[in-house]
Amino acid sequence: MAGKTEPLADLSVAYTMEKVAAADWLVAAPVIWCILVGSLLLMLRKHTRIQPLIAIPALGILALMTLGLLGHVIQNGTVTMTMGRWLPPFGISFTVDLLGAFFAATSALVALGAGIYGRSDVDDTGRRYGFYPFLLLIMAGILGAFMTGDIFNLYVWFEVLLISSFGLLVLGSERKQLDGAVKYAFLNLIATTLFLVATGYLYGLFGTLNMADIAVKASELRGTAPLMTLVTLYLLAFAMKAAAFPVNFWLPASYHTPRLVVSALFAGLLTKVGIYALLRILGMLFPFEREELSFLIAITAALTMVLGVIGALAQNDIRRSLGFLVISGIGVMMAGLALGSPAGLSGAIFYAAHSMVVMTALYFAAGIGARLGGSFELTSAGGLYARNAFLAAMTLILFLSVAGLPPFSGLWPKIMLVKASLDIGAWWLAASILVTGFLTTITVGRIWVLAYWRPAPGGDDADTLPISLPAGATVALAGLVAITIAAGVWPEPVMALAQDAARGLIDPSAYVLSVFPVEASQ
Amino acid sequence: MEPIFAILVGALFTVAIYLFLSKHIIRVLMGAAILGNAVNLLIFTAGRVTREVPPIIGGDTDTLSNAAANPLPQALILTAIVISFSFFAFLLVLGYRAFQELHTDNSDEMRVAEPMVEQSPPAGY
Repeated sequence: MAGKTEPLADLSVAYTMEKVAAADWLVAAPVIWCILVGSLLLMLRKHTRIQPLIAIPALGILALMTLGLLGHVIQNGTVTMTMGRWLPPFGISFTVDLLGAFFAATSALVALGAGIYGRSDVDDTGRRYGFYPFLLLIMAGILGAFMTGDIFNLYVWFEVLLISSFGLLVLGSERKQLDGAVKYAFLNLIATTLFLVATGYLYGLFGTLNMADIAVKASELRGTAPLMTLVTLYLLAFAMKAAAFPVNFWLPASYHTPRLVVSALFAGLLTKVGIYALLRILGMLFPFEREELSFLIAITAALTMVLGVIGALAQNDIRRSLGFLVISGIGVMMAGLALGSPAGLSGAIFYAAHSMVVMTALYFAAGIGARLGGSFELTSAGGLYARNAFLAAMTLILFLSVAGLPPFSGLWPKIMLVKASLDIGAWWLAASILVTGFLTTITVGRIWVLAYWRPAPGGDDADTLPISLPAGATVALAGLVAITIAAGVWPEPVMALAQDAARGLIDPSAYVLSVFPVEASQ
Repeated sequence: MEPIFAILVGALFTVAIYLFLSKHIIRVLMGAAILGNAVNLLIFTAGRVTREVPPIIGGDTDTLSNAAANPLPQALILTAIVISFSFFAFLLVLGYRAFQELHTDNSDEMRVAEPMVEQSPPAGY
């Protein structure tokens, strides 16, 4: 090659030559949008009044984008965009299938609620410490995790959301927060490090990090490579992120310490990212290894849900009680993963979406209740029904929904999971889901009776006068309550969506086809 | 070369896990630093450790020759090094702030968020 360089004969061997369709930009747009607005807000850190005025509309646009993406994926199937025009598996792909788009849209709605609620919950100090920038950046991490089609990239998004969650957790640096954050930070660091170790081994075995590529190659390597070790390592790492039983102690130690809106956001979204990763990697990439591990996952699931709710029953602080209910919900989702059947996985997906909305709304309701003169302590709370019947009604709806009672959204995924367990004869798994539902009813029923129904313990008349609700916070709460009612009364679209998403996990051919259109058509 | 690195990685993991088992935050911090390096070295070693052969794919093949070191794991650990460094910086400050506020670095005595004796919820209406 002296003198003139010969042009590469055929660039299309290494690059995609066609332009990305305008609608396909929706794949990357939500993440880019979050990072852009997040950095803008970081520059406006000192302007505490302007921040929510930018952040809330931006979160609204984000919700529209993810809903648009969900609509696009429902219509056209899985969408892929590979960065830098490299052909997969060389470039990093963003591949959005129904599961990713569904979770992304739900989490964007929850984040919009948190943005609106945060306007009244986070004071100037909290805003100066960067509540809104962190909120946008944690959304970048969460949405990136839901959308990426590359395992190492998934690790990077986990770190993005983790470092933003540290920022949110220590907002204000109170003693309690620092104590909780120490435990949260170290245990989550170990979990992501395990994830990195597993990813290093995975690259050593497969020579690729692209999920679609791995899904194809996994069946070829089965039997020769130590895939069981790898998958068990992934299970441990993600179970730790999701707060499953033996590795869940960071959650009750930290989730009640930060500002309420931060607890609400974490309870709604963070553990579900762990569940998403479990569904994606164990459910889609390594289904045979998941089958081998299913008994272990089922036992973990049963212990997580029962012990979680027993923990909730023993708490006096409502926020801590709700933290344990988050853990209990994780157990229910893992039961769906353990079953692995279409019905089980779709139940887990539906339950995860339900839990995102309802757990966040429950924290909002507890926060508004405490602001209305109640308290987070069950011993001293009371009289909320007399003060505002509307709040009491919304809270009761959420309580029934989290316990899985009709006609709200918690009922349907539990029916799907119980039926799926009975179908394969796992009566004990079905029983533990039902017992958990019963114990949850007792837990939340007691909270409602003590904090809402009974008269205020002080007996002071001034404490029982009706007062109006804070407007912004109520809008956020009412919006999420409306979602749980709608999904409970009219569950078919959500159920169909969850079932299609589960089918996409069990048979990843559409996912693979979207990433490798040429190879698959040959 | 690889076997030596493998033993070193194992030793680093052992040290990190031992330090993590301590009650003192400062030791756990050192454990976190060593764990990050252990993982980076693990991935580095997994991509073969040679320096004689440049990682160039010739015109007639489409995979890297087995004698060359794979550059991709090295790119991965560049990312991982940055992340683990920033994590460590954050944890260091967090540990120090926690020590200032809580006056202890013994995790057994950090009971502000979860008090030793907790009030039980009311047993009756």
